Amino acid sequence: MENKAKVMTWVQKYTMILILVMVIIFFNIQTNGKILLPQNITNLISQNAYVFVLAVGMLLCILTGGNIDLSVGSVVCFVGAVGALMITSDMNILLVIVFMLGIGLLIGIWQGYWVAFVRVPPFIVTLAGMLVFRGLSNVVLEGKAVSIASYSTFVQMFGGGANCYIPDIFGFEGINITAIIIGIIITACYIAYEAKVMSKQRATGQNVFMQKVILKVVGATAIIMFFAIQFSQYKGVPTALIWVALIVAIYGYITSKTTIGRHFYAVGGNEKATRLSGINTSKVYFIAYANMGLLSALAGMLTIARMTSAQPTYGTNYEMDAISACFIGGASAYGGVGTVPGVIIGALLMGIINLGMSISGVDSNYQKVVKGLVLLAAVIFDIVSKRKKA
Amino acid sequence: MTEFILEMKNITKSFSGVKALDNVNLQVKKGHIHALVGENGAGKSTLMNVLSGVYSYGSYTGDILYDGKICKFSKIPDSESKGIVIIHQELALIQELTIGENMFLGNERGKKFAIDWNLTYAEADKYLKTVGLLDSSRTRICDIGVGKQQLVEIAKALAKNAKLLILDEPTSSLNEQDSQALLDLLLEFKAQGMTCIIITHKLNEVSYVADEITIIRDGKSVETLTKGVDECTEDRIISAMVGRELSDRFPKRTGHTISDEIAMEVANWTVHHPIYTERKVVDNVSFHVKKGEVVGFSGLMGAGRTELAMSIFGKSYGTAISGSLKINGKEKELGNIRQAIDMGLAYVTEDRKGNGLILTNPIRTNTTLANLAGISKNTIIAANKEYEIATNYAKKMHTKCTSIEQLVGNLSGGNQQKVLLSKWMFSNPNVLILDEPTRGIDVGAKYEIYTIINELIQSGKSVIMISSELPEVLGMSDRIYVMNEGKIVGEFAQQEATQEGIMSAILKSDKGGSEDGK
Repeated sequence: MENKAKVMTWVQKYTMILILVMVIIFFNIQTNGKILLPQNITNLISQNAYVFVLAVGMLLCILTGGNIDLSVGSVVCFVGAVGALMITSDMNILLVIVFMLGIGLLIGIWQGYWVAFVRVPPFIVTLAGMLVFRGLSNVVLEGKAVSIASYSTFVQMFGGGANCYIPDIFGFEGINITAIIIGIIITACYIAYEAKVMSKQRATGQNVFMQKVILKVVGATAIIMFFAIQFSQYKGVPTALIWVALIVAIYGYITSKTTIGRHFYAVGGNEKATRLSGINTSKVYFIAYANMGLLSALAGMLTIARMTSAQPTYGTNYEMDAISACFIGGASAYGGVGTVPGVIIGALLMGIINLGMSISGVDSNYQKVVKGLVLLAAVIFDIVSKRKKA
Repeated sequence: MTEFILEMKNITKSFSGVKALDNVNLQVKKGHIHALVGENGAGKSTLMNVLSGVYSYGSYTGDILYDGKICKFSKIPDSESKGIVIIHQELALIQELTIGENMFLGNERGKKFAIDWNLTYAEADKYLKTVGLLDSSRTRICDIGVGKQQLVEIAKALAKNAKLLILDEPTSSLNEQDSQALLDLLLEFKAQGMTCIIITHKLNEVSYVADEITIIRDGKSVETLTKGVDECTEDRIISAMVGRELSDRFPKRTGHTISDEIAMEVANWTVHHPIYTERKVVDNVSFHVKKGEVVGFSGLMGAGRTELAMSIFGKSYGTAISGSLKINGKEKELGNIRQAIDMGLAYVTEDRKGNGLILTNPIRTNTTLANLAGISKNTIIAANKEYEIATNYAKKMHTKCTSIEQLVGNLSGGNQQKVLLSKWMFSNPNVLILDEPTRGIDVGAKYEIYTIINELIQSGKSVIMISSELPEVLGMSDRIYVMNEGKIVGEFAQQEATQEGIMSAILKSDKGGSEDGK
């Protein structure tokens, strides 16, 4: 009886990981193993880089109380459009990057101001932003596509074109040693980090569950090395992954280890109590939306690099991808609950379903149906399992 | 005709292996008022939920006999159709709808696709009259006070043809006057043949209205006392509730002296209502608190005590605040809550779920929320330090929890209050304002909170305690201010304060100020 309850809570806690594994197994059978080919694994990361970046930003908005940002797709398109025009006018690449991030941040500040200090509902503010920046993208691009294919530095840096991988310094035929070495270094850093955490916890007299830690370390090592080996057998580590990893690391740290991160969870959990604890809740909203603008700019760079062009239609429905990833990854629609690792799993799950269905040749319209149902199922599961606990 | 309108026999109900109710028996006589008392978490609410069909037939064992017949309720409408109606502690009224709309919500008058509003309001007015409420039933709920809202709930129950009325803590949010009126109303209903079950923590109410008293402890029915047959003194009931003799409800203070130094002084403090800005909520109030002193603030609900406290605490309530505030003798202007906390103030809210705690977060993060700077360096949180602090507080306060990672929402009221107190003690204040610190928590937890208050003042801190319970104010305060309608209408030293003295200070001032209207 007690064991059964334990298993149930464990299953509940790691549901999305279990589902992810099951989906992978399903598609692995369905596609005769094609989905786990090195090339497909590489594509999974490169194609979905923007989802990871946007979903992390969206998580902060959702944490503040289930608030979403609808303008994300339009901002991605607009920043990309302005960036593409600057690139094609032969501006210094570094300057272009700074400029693009600056525009994104300004848009975020604009929207954040109305949301946080005037308390216009975020849905309205970002719906307006969605229209405004989609329109402006068209105006800036004059309705045409702008190609940046010939500017290989920028394109390669942000994960586009044929050669967007970390170059191999060893030059063995058929295997990219650099990728494996990167994998080993990351694994080593991770193990060292866990060891440090554990020793500190021991020193302060907390209970440390050795089995759990080992399981966690072995799991993480397996995943990191799996990706490293896959990449090594194709063309190496895609550059887009570096940006994704950077964002995930930074925001994972902010949300779990800093006071600002704590403010986000507190505001979403109970805004009044947070305010009465001496925390400036308006500032929390402001940061969430300003930051969303910044990350939209980064996603804009990843998008135009991957497409090697800017078009007025880019970024359509990107906000929906980000929102779905958050909710599938366990963020609460009421705010206050959700983690960066969870969101990454959510984004991966959506990515795998996409990829698997594409490889199996499922009609793209049906793909949408399936994705929609998965989103609904995830949220239903979340709500029902919580209700049972109560 | 059976003597008992309701018999609950050997009710046992478990939640995932834990027995919330263990062989509970309850017998309610027709036309009597039956009180159900017990500590928080003793199982009173669970028992009533079994009765009303919230927990459907089959999810518990035992029998419910109503009018001599076995009942198998699977949902609330089943029990309501038999005339069993519960009024829950938290009022279930929709603020933006009118009294009439609320009263017949889900029970609409007229046809399914054509509500007869004239009939609705006419009937509503009729029921309002029975409960002694003179407002029009077209008044919106948000425009009437809590006392009247409670009466609307009762009228709503009557509209459902209630034969057995169950009231869960009906007076917990009412002031003494409204409580008294409500209890008298129940006695009136009784005279008309209605049966009532009343769940309450207030033992004076029990002895006032109840014919029988069933005491529940740890999910078991301990005993049933009958008025006139058994001894029904408060001490007798309390000892049955807690299973031990509570020799004194307030812990003794030993070797503690009040310093002459004044910790905080407020002069000519006036606060206006945030929306109706012409209305003065706090009117020219002056008071002070010394180091090591407990100052009680007594008064009726809505006297402006909470508003006074919150306006001092970094202007978290009201507009056009005027007056002077001195902390340790120095004039201060506290523009926001952060500044107030930094100046050594803490305000422990009366509404712990709404304004105090983050229910979806664990004990650990709730404990440190008001003082994140105390566990972080350059905004980076030292996780181990936080763990240590939260654990220490949980131990010190005797918070009952599985670990400090337990979500606050899963704790009982008393333990939530302890977490809330921990949070504000960790913010290291010199003056703690406790707003109704023991509301809705059981006798044992109350005692523990009083002990904590004593420890605080022994370490030289000052406590301002706002409380609507007169015995508590009298038992804990060194000095008592009485507030009414935004003004201070009396000040008593501990020795000279009596319940009668405080009540008469309020009532006398009421006559003077009544022409202002409300």
